[in-house]
This record gives sequence, C-alpha cells and structure tokens, in this order.
Amino acid sequence: MKEAQKEKAVRGLLYVTVGLSIVILPIIVVWVIANGVGAISLGFLTGRPYRFEYGGIFPQIMGSIYLVSLCTLFGAPLGIASAIYLSEYASDNVVTRTVRFFTETLAGMPSIVIGLFGLEFLVYYLKLKTSLLAGAISLSFMMLPWTIRASEEAINVVPKEYREASLAMGATKWQTILRVVLPAAIPGIMTGVLLGMGKAIGETAVVWLTAGSGLEAFVPRTLKSPTGSLPMYIYLIATQGHTAEGLQNAFGASLVLLVMFLAMSVSALFIRNHYLRRLGS
Amino acid sequence: MSNTYMINGDAAAFSPRLALDKVVFKGFNLWYGDNHVLKDIDIAIKSNVVTAFMGPSGCGKSTLLRSIDRMNDIIPSCKTEGDVYIDGRNIYEPDEDVYELRKTVGMVFQKPNPFPMSIYDNIAYGPRLHKMASGEGLDKIVEESLRGAVLWDEVKDRLQENAFGLSGGQQQRVCIARALSINPDIILMDEPCSALDPIATIKIEALMRELKDKYTVVLVTHNLQQAARVSEMTAFMYIGEIIEFGATSDVFENPQNELTENYITGRFG
Repeated sequence: MKEAQKEKAVRGLLYVTVGLSIVILPIIVVWVIANGVGAISLGFLTGRPYRFEYGGIFPQIMGSIYLVSLCTLFGAPLGIASAIYLSEYASDNVVTRTVRFFTETLAGMPSIVIGLFGLEFLVYYLKLKTSLLAGAISLSFMMLPWTIRASEEAINVVPKEYREASLAMGATKWQTILRVVLPAAIPGIMTGVLLGMGKAIGETAVVWLTAGSGLEAFVPRTLKSPTGSLPMYIYLIATQGHTAEGLQNAFGASLVLLVMFLAMSVSALFIRNHYLRRLGS
Repeated sequence: MSNTYMINGDAAAFSPRLALDKVVFKGFNLWYGDNHVLKDIDIAIKSNVVTAFMGPSGCGKSTLLRSIDRMNDIIPSCKTEGDVYIDGRNIYEPDEDVYELRKTVGMVFQKPNPFPMSIYDNIAYGPRLHKMASGEGLDKIVEESLRGAVLWDEVKDRLQENAFGLSGGQQQRVCIARALSINPDIILMDEPCSALDPIATIKIEALMRELKDKYTVVLVTHNLQQAARVSEMTAFMYIGEIIEFGATSDVFENPQNELTENYITGRFG
C-alpha cells in the first residue's frame, strides 16, 4: 500500500472512532428524552409515589436537592479550606506531598466503598441512622477530592503579580488571600464545586447505603429522616417495576435527573467561559 | 552616619544639610539559597530625589530595590546579612513590623498589575485594608491618589469600570495611584515602563519627576536613557555589587570605573 493510501485509511478510521464517541452521548440523551417525556406531567412532578411504581416523584426530587445542597454545605468549605492550605501555606514536604497524593488518587474512588464506610461509621457507629445527614456527609467524602483539586488549580492560576501588589501594600498573607486571591479564584472554585455537585446528584451506591430506601413518600423533615433520591428511585423502579407505566416513570425520573445534572454542568461551563476570561490580562 | 559608598564628581553638591539620607544600606548581603545575589552593599539614598539603579540583567538591581520594603522575604530561600536603615531605623531588626514598613513604602512593578476589580476598588484597596477612611473620606483619597498619578481627568467618569479596560500606560498609572493611596514616603519602581509604549513611557517619566517633590523615588531600569532623563543619582550595578554611585550627570559623562564606561557606551549590557 502506498503511503498516501495508508494516510487515507488512518484518517478514515479516526473519523469513524471520533464519530462514534461523539454520537453516543447525544444518543443517550435523546433516548432518555424520547422515553421519559411521556411521563412528565404536573402530577408526576408534584405527587408522591404509591404502590411502588405509580404516582409522582416530588419527594425524590426534593430528596436529591437536599442531599446535594447539604453535601455541598459540608464538602465545599472543607475542600476550599484544604486547597487554600495546600496552595498558599503548605511548604513542599512529605506531608504535603502525601496529602496531595491522596486527594489525587482518591478522586474517583469506587463509590460503593465510600457508601460502606458511611454505613458503618456514620449510620451505625455515630448512630445517624439511614438519613439525609448520613447520606449528605457520605456524599461530601466523595465530592471532597474534586473540590480540593479544582480549588487548588483555581487558586494557582491567580497571577502572582496580584499577590505581590497586595503584599507590597502592607497586607498580610491572609488578607491577601481573602481580598485578592479568593475573589479572583471564585469562578474556578465554583466550576469545580458545580462539577462535584453534578457527580453527587447522580450518585447511587452511596445514597443507597446511607440515605434511605429511595421510595420514601415524604420530603425529609429533619436531618435524621430517611430520604428518597432520584437515582435510587430509578434503580428500584427499573429493576423491580412490573408495568409499562413503571418503566416510563423510571425514564421520567431519569429525564428530571438529567435536567438537574445538565443545569449544573452548563452553569459550570458558563462560569468558566464567562468569568475566567476576565482574569487573564 | 559614615558614607562608605563611592561617590564621584562634586561630593559637595550633595551636602548632608540639604539632602537627608532616607535609605541607607550598610554591609548588606543577600542570598537566594547558595546564590550570593547582593554583595556588601553600601549606599545612601537621599530624600526627594530620583535615584536610579541600572545595570545588565541579573545584576541584582531589582533585588536591591525589593530589599527596601523587604519584599524578598516572600521567597523562602532568601537570607540576608547587614543592615538597611530608613530614617535611621534598621528595618532588618527581628522586631521590625514588615506590614507597617510596607505601608510607608509604595511599590510599582514591571508589568502593570491592577487587581481584577474596578478602578475605584483598586485605589481604595490599601486605605480599606488599613482602615484609613470610608465613605466620602475614601472618595477623597481615591481622587487625590488618581490626581497624584495624573490619571484623574481620564478616568473620573468611569471609576466603577474594571481596571483591565484601560490601556497599559493607564493601568500602570492606576498602580502608581494605588501605591500613593496609603501615603508612603518612598516609591519604589521596578522597571515601570518596560511593558509600555513610548508615549506612555514619556507620561510615566514626567510623573516620576513630579513625584520626587513629595516622595523619595527609587527606580530600577535597564534603559540608560531613562536613567539619564529622570534620575538625579545613579548607581551602576554589576553581578551583585555597586560598581559606581554618584550624580547621574557624573556617572554618564565622567565614569570612574571601566565597567561603568563600557556599559554606558554600549559595549555590553
């Protein structure tokens, strides 16, 4: 075969692979929309589930929102504080390198392991029961490494010239971080937090073990109440439903989950493109 | 105070009665790790004149400048020996408050580095930080600082706009105004025109000559013409040492050291 033909063949092969990887995600989205849109109605969005696969998913929607909000409330400040320490205060030594190694390798740790830890430690040992609180804390473990990494990166890209200018004005390191570095890093940090929230809202294994059975008919009233969530609902209905209506409800819930996830991803993308550009000079 | 630094030309032109020594280095040495960057620096910088440090890249002129407000402290591997006095106070004493020190010494950097905030907030940064004023008092400081940097008329109608929207020369004047806002005695300028076009450079140079009436101005430059145009005193540095220091006209017209002469005549640098 001539070199020119080889070149053509390689190019053709690459087109096919690229085409495949590009179309697969839109296909899933379209498929979920096509199957789920029939389930969406006011009653479905505001009602509560009954007789397993019938009724609405309001408690599941609210449960997912509560879980992710609480998880962010715990995970984000902790992650941001850790990132500030790592990037601004920690000197490069064994301890720092170890911490960084762990945050880098623990991002993406199998979530069932985190779920099991949450179950044993939070649910049983700390007696939090299977609850909103236990679920949210467990989810925040999962979110933490992502938040730390994103925040650290966001802090590191703040030009050192800003820090110098602030220090030269007689500001202390902490004043400089608070008044100059963090405001400049906030868009990047928010992008990381939103992506972490996107991961948390779709997480199934962790909430399965720590948060509730999934089909709860009530929105949780206290932190110690068990809570439903969309991924658990989808899992249960899809695997154990008996009727066509049940299956359609699983798709309906998937569509709602997808919309919530996309809202987070798109805002993350928007913040990154819109605000990070302003930082560069 | 012993003047061990080398001064050429007519030393009497700088009689101690007229020109007080504002900043005095005595036997000052500085290392970054094992790298001996400043060697036995002895120099006295006078009040209300523009003093230029010039020399080829890597000669230590910026490091010398940054020793005046202890900005080298930020670099962990930095070690110093010897003394630097400002108004007779040794700023390298262990109990020196560097934050107070840096309030009295304003600094302007090579690349214009306004904060990513509005023009107003950039200037108000220091006064807010040190709780100097608020409300109308703060407005007044912002106006005075911008007037001091000859920028007020250009920006008075758009104080709330982001400082990044300004031209490079205007951004640098925002930085000068920011340095003036905390009412320092000394203004340090680290190659402030190297990132600017010639027109903006002319404006900044004119500003430097104006600033010396109120402030002691120390300028680092690798631009010989700039040193000649704006400074009264010039120090020539080479590989961490001050080779020659004196009135700018003397250093340029009648250099005492061969290295200085070679540099000025463009044989290296």
